Amino acid sequence: MKLHKFYLNGVYIVLDINSGAVHIVDKIAFDVLDVFEGHNDAAVLAAFAGEYPATQLTEVLDELHALISQGLLFAPEVAVPPTYSVKPLVKSLCLHVAHDCNLRCGYCFAGTGDFGRDRGLMPKEVGERAVEFIIENSGPRRQSEIDFFGGEPLLNMETVRHVVEYARRREKETGKVFKLTLTTNGTLLTDDIIQYLNKNNISLVLSLDGRREVHDRMRPCADGSGSYDDALHWIHKTVQAREGQNYYLRGTFTAYNLDFAADVLAMADEGFTQLSVEPVIGKDTDYELKAEHLPALFRQYEELAQTYLDRKLAGNGFDFFHFNLDINNGPCVAKRLSGCGAGHEYFAVTPEGELYPCHQFVGREEYRLGNVFTGLEAARQPLVERFRQAHVLNKPECRRCWARFYCSGGCHANAHLFNGTIDKPYQVGCELQKKRLECALMIQAKLSLAQAGKSGREG
Amino acid sequence: MAKHIITLNTASLQKTIHIGGCGECQTSCQSACKTSCTVGNQVCQK
Repeated sequence: MKLHKFYLNGVYIVLDINSGAVHIVDKIAFDVLDVFEGHNDAAVLAAFAGEYPATQLTEVLDELHALISQGLLFAPEVAVPPTYSVKPLVKSLCLHVAHDCNLRCGYCFAGTGDFGRDRGLMPKEVGERAVEFIIENSGPRRQSEIDFFGGEPLLNMETVRHVVEYARRREKETGKVFKLTLTTNGTLLTDDIIQYLNKNNISLVLSLDGRREVHDRMRPCADGSGSYDDALHWIHKTVQAREGQNYYLRGTFTAYNLDFAADVLAMADEGFTQLSVEPVIGKDTDYELKAEHLPALFRQYEELAQTYLDRKLAGNGFDFFHFNLDINNGPCVAKRLSGCGAGHEYFAVTPEGELYPCHQFVGREEYRLGNVFTGLEAARQPLVERFRQAHVLNKPECRRCWARFYCSGGCHANAHLFNGTIDKPYQVGCELQKKRLECALMIQAKLSLAQAGKSGREG
Repeated sequence: MAKHIITLNTASLQKTIHIGGCGECQTSCQSACKTSCTVGNQVCQK
């Protein structure tokens, strides 16, 4: 498959999969591409002889041939690039500084914070060794990332503060740059912590699920009361204190709120502009998303895309993580293959210092890869290599999928959870991803047309 | 000027086969979602 074409919100769009070129076409060109394969002009003229005038068909074919010669249509298949180096370099770690949480979220993959183990906090020494693990395994790569994660990381601010100070010192000594992020439910923030996080340039991922009733249903406190009011209060304070920069509000939707667009808009209406709302991952639960929910969820993405667009054009827009698409300066092929890097460029570190392919694999013992004190175990190298090779050009279903260079093959942890292997992607996730991508491409098309003063190519 | 097709971008993935791979860009899962690893919305840092 070399092209993906679709009609959405009044525009006909063609994506050239292997070049990444995006074309807005009229109805004739859209139809012609059902038959045209790059060379069979006579077949096209014959197929549409009774439907469109020959002069118009010839115009379309001339334009298509021009795009082919520019490498923007029917571009050849992409091979694994030589830049996808044989030895992976570590670029980021997720530090589980607290395997404990003050909330009891119904959908928490960490089992309400403890990952199915004893509740525990990461000692400072483990944090220091994690920083050294990146330095030792990142080669010439300058930029690295550390995410303070949990459970709830604010339960262990002592280690967070220590690791921040340590990482900043090691930056000066090694020339590395650590981008620091902290993922929090917000309820344990204080004025002092807000000031500290801002002063130390720590990005924040703040958990909020949208409307109060939706949030409180899935994100109760340990005593069963809702956490929305506390979370919203502190998140507002935090975002204001950092002047609306360097944060994401990150929500989760479930089968309980299939109308999740309302939750995204509820957060936008609260004045937040950096939003990311994700489908829940659950299996054998009441809240899980199933194939039967897809039509309703597709409509929600389409409605959200329309509102997103309307607000952007009206000058009061917000950013929605999955609709932000840079079609001019997106990632290289190597990045599109490595994706999140779980298991080869990205690892999670438990409070004890154990290494796992990512935060979601923590607790799945067969995936423990080593620890920060002695490094990745030699015996586990084949597993690391397996993650490295589980990219879109090696997975049969991904090879055939038009979205392969945008999704990076989906989440390995979800694939493993639903299919027992990292080589077969989680299907519901794939379908949602493709819809989000179509919406994102449509938004790009509409914004471009608006800029040019045109309404569309209804043709 | 094309009458039937508007091309929105000329960036070609093909060109990045030989020049990419520096790895200085942001980790995709880490950046905002922590459950899905979309790369399409990442930006090249070169």
